[in-house]
Amino acid sequence: MTNEIRMVNIRKTFGEVVANDKVCLTINPGEILSLLGENGSGKTTLMNMLSGIYQPDGGHIFVGGREVVIRSPRDAFALGIGMIHQHFKLVDVLTAAENIILGLNEGALTDLKAVGVRVKAICDRYGFVVEPDKKVYEMSVSEKQTLEIVKLLYRGAEILILDEPTAVLTPQETDMLFAVMRNMKEDGKAIIIITHKLHEVMDISDRVAVLRKGLFIGEVPTCETDPQKLTDMMVGRAVSLNIDRPEPKERRECLSMKNVTVVDSDGVKKLNDVSFTAYGGEILGIAGISGSGQKELLETVAGLCRVCPGGVIAYTAQDGAERDDLVGKSPVEIRNLGVRLAFVPEDRLGMGLVGSMGIPDNMMLRSYKEGHSPFTNRKKPKELGAAVVRDLEVVTPGLTTPVRKLSGGNVQKVLVGRELAASPSLLMTAYAVRGLDINTSYTIYRLLNEQKGRGAAVIYVGEDLDVLLELCDRILVLCAGQISGIVDGRNTTKEEVGLMMTHLSAAEEGVDS
Amino acid sequence: MSLDSLLALLQAAIVFGTVILFGSVGEILTEKSGNLNLGVPGIMYLGGIAGLVGAFFYEMNNPNPVPILCLVIALGCAIAAAVAGAAIFGLLTITLRANQNVAGLTLTIFSGGVANFFGGSLNRLAGGVGQISVSATSAVFRANIPVLRDIPIVGKLLFSHGFMVYLSLILAFAVSWFLKRTSVGLNLRAVGENPATADAAGINVTKYKYLATCIGGGITGLGGLYYVMDYIKGTWANDYTIESLGWLAVALVIFASWRPTRAIWGAYLFGVLFWLYLYINGLSRGTKELFKMLPYVVTIGWLIIVSLRRSRENQPPASLGLSYFREER
Amino acid sequence: MKQKLKEHKEPFVRIAKRVKIEWWKAWGIRGIALVGALLVCAAIIYAVVALNPLQVYKAMFEGAFGTNKRLWVTIRDMMMLLCIGVGLAPAFKMRFWNIGAEGQILAGAIASAACMIYLGTLPGILLLLVMFLCSAVAGGLWGLFPGVFKAKWNTNETLFTLMMNYIALQLVAFFVALWENPRGSNKVGIINPNTRAGWFPPLFGQDYALNVILVLALAAIMFLYLKYSKQGYEIAVVGESENTARYAGIRVPSVVIRTMTISGAVCGIAGFLVVSGASHTISISSAGGRGFTAIIVAWLAKFNTFVMILIAGLLVFLEKGAIEIASRFDLNNFVSQMIMGILLFFIIGCEFFIQYELKFRDKKHKEAQA
Repeated sequence: MTNEIRMVNIRKTFGEVVANDKVCLTINPGEILSLLGENGSGKTTLMNMLSGIYQPDGGHIFVGGREVVIRSPRDAFALGIGMIHQHFKLVDVLTAAENIILGLNEGALTDLKAVGVRVKAICDRYGFVVEPDKKVYEMSVSEKQTLEIVKLLYRGAEILILDEPTAVLTPQETDMLFAVMRNMKEDGKAIIIITHKLHEVMDISDRVAVLRKGLFIGEVPTCETDPQKLTDMMVGRAVSLNIDRPEPKERRECLSMKNVTVVDSDGVKKLNDVSFTAYGGEILGIAGISGSGQKELLETVAGLCRVCPGGVIAYTAQDGAERDDLVGKSPVEIRNLGVRLAFVPEDRLGMGLVGSMGIPDNMMLRSYKEGHSPFTNRKKPKELGAAVVRDLEVVTPGLTTPVRKLSGGNVQKVLVGRELAASPSLLMTAYAVRGLDINTSYTIYRLLNEQKGRGAAVIYVGEDLDVLLELCDRILVLCAGQISGIVDGRNTTKEEVGLMMTHLSAAEEGVDS
Repeated sequence: MSLDSLLALLQAAIVFGTVILFGSVGEILTEKSGNLNLGVPGIMYLGGIAGLVGAFFYEMNNPNPVPILCLVIALGCAIAAAVAGAAIFGLLTITLRANQNVAGLTLTIFSGGVANFFGGSLNRLAGGVGQISVSATSAVFRANIPVLRDIPIVGKLLFSHGFMVYLSLILAFAVSWFLKRTSVGLNLRAVGENPATADAAGINVTKYKYLATCIGGGITGLGGLYYVMDYIKGTWANDYTIESLGWLAVALVIFASWRPTRAIWGAYLFGVLFWLYLYINGLSRGTKELFKMLPYVVTIGWLIIVSLRRSRENQPPASLGLSYFREER
Repeated sequence: MKQKLKEHKEPFVRIAKRVKIEWWKAWGIRGIALVGALLVCAAIIYAVVALNPLQVYKAMFEGAFGTNKRLWVTIRDMMMLLCIGVGLAPAFKMRFWNIGAEGQILAGAIASAACMIYLGTLPGILLLLVMFLCSAVAGGLWGLFPGVFKAKWNTNETLFTLMMNYIALQLVAFFVALWENPRGSNKVGIINPNTRAGWFPPLFGQDYALNVILVLALAAIMFLYLKYSKQGYEIAVVGESENTARYAGIRVPSVVIRTMTISGAVCGIAGFLVVSGASHTISISSAGGRGFTAIIVAWLAKFNTFVMILIAGLLVFLEKGAIEIASRFDLNNFVSQMIMGILLFFIIGCEFFIQYELKFRDKKHKEAQA
């Protein structure tokens, strides 16, 4: 009984930024539609208007031929539209069942038992597993995602919108998700999947709609297109999809970690007996489900995590002469040892930069202490800032504009620019291209390869296995804080890495090649 | 300490505790919506003065006041004024998205001014002389059941109080039940934890925040009314006691880790600590003042213990103190 | 699924975050809020005393600036508020909610009074120096405690500092009982009324000139410290994000402790100003709620010293003016607190219109058609 949805000439602006303009889209029951576009092309904004989070500034939405105004998520539910956001909309301290009935007001009192029964029925129908009494903060990422889907089905959603659902999943989990999506399609539901991964588009969808810079570019049946054509539509010109991977030259030991264990403040082991070596002149990729210890691994090297007794982090300078143990040293002490360490953390504005400050003030974040004066010297940071803006083509209204106001790609350029300015011997990056458009992503890959060519050891924590496989010389796979293997990037497969992400003992033979 | 003085201490502690229990229960409800209202002392001021003013005019114009009308007028005025105060806070923080700490403190400054101004000048403005006193209304608030009251020990401890002592207990249990068992309570908790999630689930975040803040404010205001009608027996005192009690009520919220039932014994404990100095022999006037620090010192101690334990279940609502704007990017 | 396809109307008004706002627009909005507040205040005063609004403000003006003495008292109180605001600025810049200024002032006041009473025989300048230092140390300690616990265990600083206010208040009550003079008055009375030991000496023939010099010097130093020093930079980074600070190699706990000590110390100096530069005595109302008012002053000024002077001036003018009205009509002084509250409501509320803009339905349609 679902009706098709039509969006006509949708427009949405945020201040001066046009997020969507003249977008037209049709969604039919019993079909899976891919909404394809680069990061920042307005896919999520468009869907947020369908799910009642944003209000369009212009245009019309029709459901079953009648024009509707969707003012809130409640209105969207009433129309059978439900959306699974990239950042899950779940309340951590509540249980699965409580999250499911949130806002429904089925009865004056909450009846969690009855909810459990109905949830079970939904799970059996489509092949999910949800524990109704489990608290959300105890759940894994894929459990949370399942809960989100069940939550929508419980509400009787006929049109499901999934925003980048596979970004946090392993290949195996992705396959399971796709199987469930096909089940739902068979059941007559309409499904929209927002993505920028082409092989997923080809794999799951019936139709593809492409957005670029907020504009609707076109739509094609999936069977009539191929990845290269889609890329050209997405980017607007012919681009090569290949990432360079020069052969490493003069590999030399740079950083060697032995038996490192890290325990967080709640007593949970975040890194468990980790040992590996990173070499100058190569890119070492780090793969794993999010939260497997990637963050802690990098922060430990940077001197931000305390290592349990017995661990050793040996650093060899570029001339090969001295070896220093970095365990127990603060970031300042590590710096004072002469270790040229660059670190691009995952949380750019919450860790790598100060959002409310301009570019010059951010340039001196790691070096403001230099010199004996009690006052800061702002001359050098200003010059450096200007250089970074020039060399990396940072788009900013002015040097002193708070970096928070810049777009994601420009923020990352400022951060990377600062970190590379010190010509590091060890460069660590976490999710360096997350949220960036293709152009900026390729700029980042190029910069990483430049550092590799200079002889720096590059550690690249990534989430997109395709990129890891194309860019990295070796890939270290983490699973629950342990190393489940290190494989050669040139002759491994996604399936092998994916398996190692969830299973510890796989591919033992690949350890430390 | 003799049994009599122990009983007297406990009795006084219950009276003291009731004031801050109202304040705490109201503030818990408010904070569960993610609004940290530091205007609790102000709202208690408003509740107290409005109840007093209402009763004052009624008694002034009616030589033979009807008890039930005294009660209704005082309660009605107190709740109306307290809700109005909370609504100002709500307007500033929910609609206008002002900083909650600043808005709350301003409300306390404003309401303290209003209450003490009218408390001090009302009699003169109305053409009378001397202190305001609403003996008839106060008597209604302090009425208790003669037979039960006369039971030895138990009577004095449990049945010698005005009805608002029991009302505060009922409210504490009711709010606790509301939060734990009802659908609306569940929704409210979600609003305080994660408004974006609640919003996406179709909950009207603004409405919930306003209602929780205003109803919570109404309950808080009852604390002020109880203080005026029972604690100081229907008069007014410009001695800032309400303010300090209000801050203790805010502290009690943390002390009780956002659980109304836990606030009950916390409130009475604060009462015992506050009055202890009266029952310890041989204190000079100066050392008595030092003894009066006890509730505050204990609160600090508890804050430290809470921060050391950091258990997942005793945490404040995750979005406490933050304003919510759906289209935030 | 229920098919409730109601014809929804679009909301009449929506809000959107402003990208930027011209400075004159922002100040225009603030100006409108100020005028609105003054009108509401006038209306309330009119309701109470039936005095026409123009006369009300004339009387208020006279109350604040009418005579030379009044003018200087107004300036003195303004400086007092500014001093506390200056003290709070570094803590707030670090996003540390120090609402314990009241207690830190009292701690400083106790230290000053103790010096005056027990060290009254020291030579004038030396005594003042000792008092200055002792009050700064006492206030600093009052800020240090919550700072240490915040730094080590992330103990809630809002309530910690609040409770410290009341501990200081009871301490003052204790010392009032100890130093009572004359006996049975429950007051300390003017300290050293004859020798004037520990009193601020008049400069250029003005009793309060030293207050002004001291506070303006503190304000200037604090401005430079926050803006140009490495420690000021650290405070800004910690305030923005602790993770960023750790990443930058800043030892967050020591910055928190250091900053809170500085914040408390400046508030302690405000206590020194109260005792030595104004009242020459100590009582439980020595701080008189100014610690709370100053929080709002500091926050509204966004730590800009110049704006702080403006807001402090406005508030003190209202306070003095309202007290004048109250005394002419035999009302109590709390009317000033009430009026101050109204003004602050308006100023706090108007910031919304600077941060956000309202989009009305009709306007949107026109835009869409264009």
